Amino acid sequence: MADDVVRRQLCVPNPQGIHARPAARLVELANGFQSRIEFVKGTERVDAKSIFQIMTLAAVQGTVLLLEARGPDAQAAADAIEKMIQELAETDAEASTSEP
Amino acid sequence: MEIKRGIAVSPGVAIGPAMVLDAEGFRIPKRFVKPSAVASEVQRLEHALDKARAEALANESFIAGKLGSEYGAIFSAHAQMIADTKLRREIISHIEERNFSPEYATSQVLRRFAKVFETAGPIAAARVNDIFDVEHRILRHLLGEQREELSQLTSPVIVLAHDLTPSETAGLDTKLVRGFATEEGGRTSHTAILAGALEIPAVVGIGRFLSDVSGGDTIVIDGNRGLVILNPDENTLAEYQHTEEEFRHFEESLVALRDLPAETLDGVRVSLVGNIEFPSEVEHCLERGAEGIGLYRTEFLYLDKQRSPTEEEHFEAYSHVVKAMQGRPVVIRTLDLGADKVPEDLATGERERNPFLGLRSLRLCLHYPEIFKTQLRAILRVSALGPVSIMFPLVTTITELRQAKLLLNNVMEDLAEQHIEFNRKVSVGIMVEVPSTVIMADQFCRVADFFSLGTNDLVQYTLAVDRNNQSVSNLFSAADPAVLRLIRAVVKATKRRNLPLSVCGEMSADPIYTLLLVGLGIRSLSITPHSIPEIKKIIRSIKSRDAMRVARKVMTIDNARDAANYLRGEARKFLPEIVG
Repeated sequence: MADDVVRRQLCVPNPQGIHARPAARLVELANGFQSRIEFVKGTERVDAKSIFQIMTLAAVQGTVLLLEARGPDAQAAADAIEKMIQELAETDAEASTSEP
Repeated sequence: MEIKRGIAVSPGVAIGPAMVLDAEGFRIPKRFVKPSAVASEVQRLEHALDKARAEALANESFIAGKLGSEYGAIFSAHAQMIADTKLRREIISHIEERNFSPEYATSQVLRRFAKVFETAGPIAAARVNDIFDVEHRILRHLLGEQREELSQLTSPVIVLAHDLTPSETAGLDTKLVRGFATEEGGRTSHTAILAGALEIPAVVGIGRFLSDVSGGDTIVIDGNRGLVILNPDENTLAEYQHTEEEFRHFEESLVALRDLPAETLDGVRVSLVGNIEFPSEVEHCLERGAEGIGLYRTEFLYLDKQRSPTEEEHFEAYSHVVKAMQGRPVVIRTLDLGADKVPEDLATGERERNPFLGLRSLRLCLHYPEIFKTQLRAILRVSALGPVSIMFPLVTTITELRQAKLLLNNVMEDLAEQHIEFNRKVSVGIMVEVPSTVIMADQFCRVADFFSLGTNDLVQYTLAVDRNNQSVSNLFSAADPAVLRLIRAVVKATKRRNLPLSVCGEMSADPIYTLLLVGLGIRSLSITPHSIPEIKKIIRSIKSRDAMRVARKVMTIDNARDAANYLRGEARKFLPEIVG
């Protein structure tokens, strides 16, 4: 089976960066796909399916990440993850306005 | 090799395998599995991971229901960590390739992650506690019922902990616990004092370091310099093994002094008595030739309890000491704690803004006369068994002392009525540790039978400095001219009245002050048993003439640093090997 490779350039949009809860959601999402999914930040390459690796990425606001998905569902995986990261801006905003 | 710096609270060097204690008292020893058992051990790990994950998920729904989904999400992150393939792979490779036990492999891998998190920026650093939580969860399933605890040691260890409670410290088996180090704690914390009493090398207040250690790592505790060395390299280890040996030899050479008097070269006798807290320390005193107990602290009876001790509990502890001292004098000090550290029935429940100036020690006892009388009754009862004296701490005014003596008289009358034996002429003394007491020393001499200078508190209250506060602790010095003048005033007042005077603060056990104290005319020093031979050796090496010269000269110095340097220099002339 010929594996697709999909690459996307992403920028972390929210002030808090990819902190614990989004990291957990991201990993959960990534684990739902068969493809191998990785983030590249500078010279670092981490597995998007490992919470430990995502957490050590130190992805703060403005960090530019290269998303690389490789596998039968690479296209769908890249779409879903890109969407989730873009939505971080909104969910974080909601969270902060809902606080007393 | 890694070197951590903390506060040295109990001297000596200890080398041994680490036993890392966390809040739950886990001990993860460095263990290996047989190559033939690797497959079954990996299976055991997988099983534990599955159970730990299921437990975290169950926790998620429980907490989500109780506090809301945001809080539940914390545990779903934990479940995710436990299920992490990278984590699983790494632990398994530690088992398969290095033959580590699953427990040790888990601890190693997670602690390495914790370390990476700590340095990976604020987002990750805040998650370090989650990693520890996950570690516990997995270990609990791996260890099941067989987890090792402090109370079940079978081989020598160095205990490393976030903090040890005084009761945990007191319960340490000193035959197996060679030394300990904690992240929390200060020089005067009870744990630190207990470490000195147990005579095991200890370093406290290191700050965060447990994430850098795994159980079984080789650790050196340097209780002389306040260092903890993790996985020392060969040279360092050899050096410390040498120091450990030398220290032992030096101690042994001092023991030879046991039966010799503490007498200066020109024949002035000084009485050396011991400070103790636990009945078991009597042995330490006798081994080193203490002539009595100059300060028997009774706070240990009040630790970690809902209620104050009963009369029988007091009596049992005191009578053990009095009997073991075989006719040598024993000075029992009544409760010396602040309202924040006492059992519930003695606590006021009010948060004091300034506990050092608050309801503490004798003041607290006078506030709860019934509980105080229980202690006095027990002390009076042991006064029938041997030469016992009573000492009140933190006496600030004559009125307080009179009140305390009145209560004591009431207790005496009760005992007499019940035909219970006691010594009606029991001596009643005071700790002199507040400047007001020094200023009024001539008057106190009329009401008290003896004085004991508590130099630690005297320095604190004279210089208005809390030595546990690092920003000002440099001001804390027993060599401060103001403190030295107060001590001189107390000596003068007691001489005039011929009242016995002893010094029982840390100053009396510090070799740099021996010349000065003897020179001022002090003839009784009450010190931690460990230091008795050392101080005796100094006394036996000096002449009272020299001591008086030093005492006169130091009074002309106007600041603490120069005074301390001068005293150190003089002491070094007589005993260079002791004064570093």
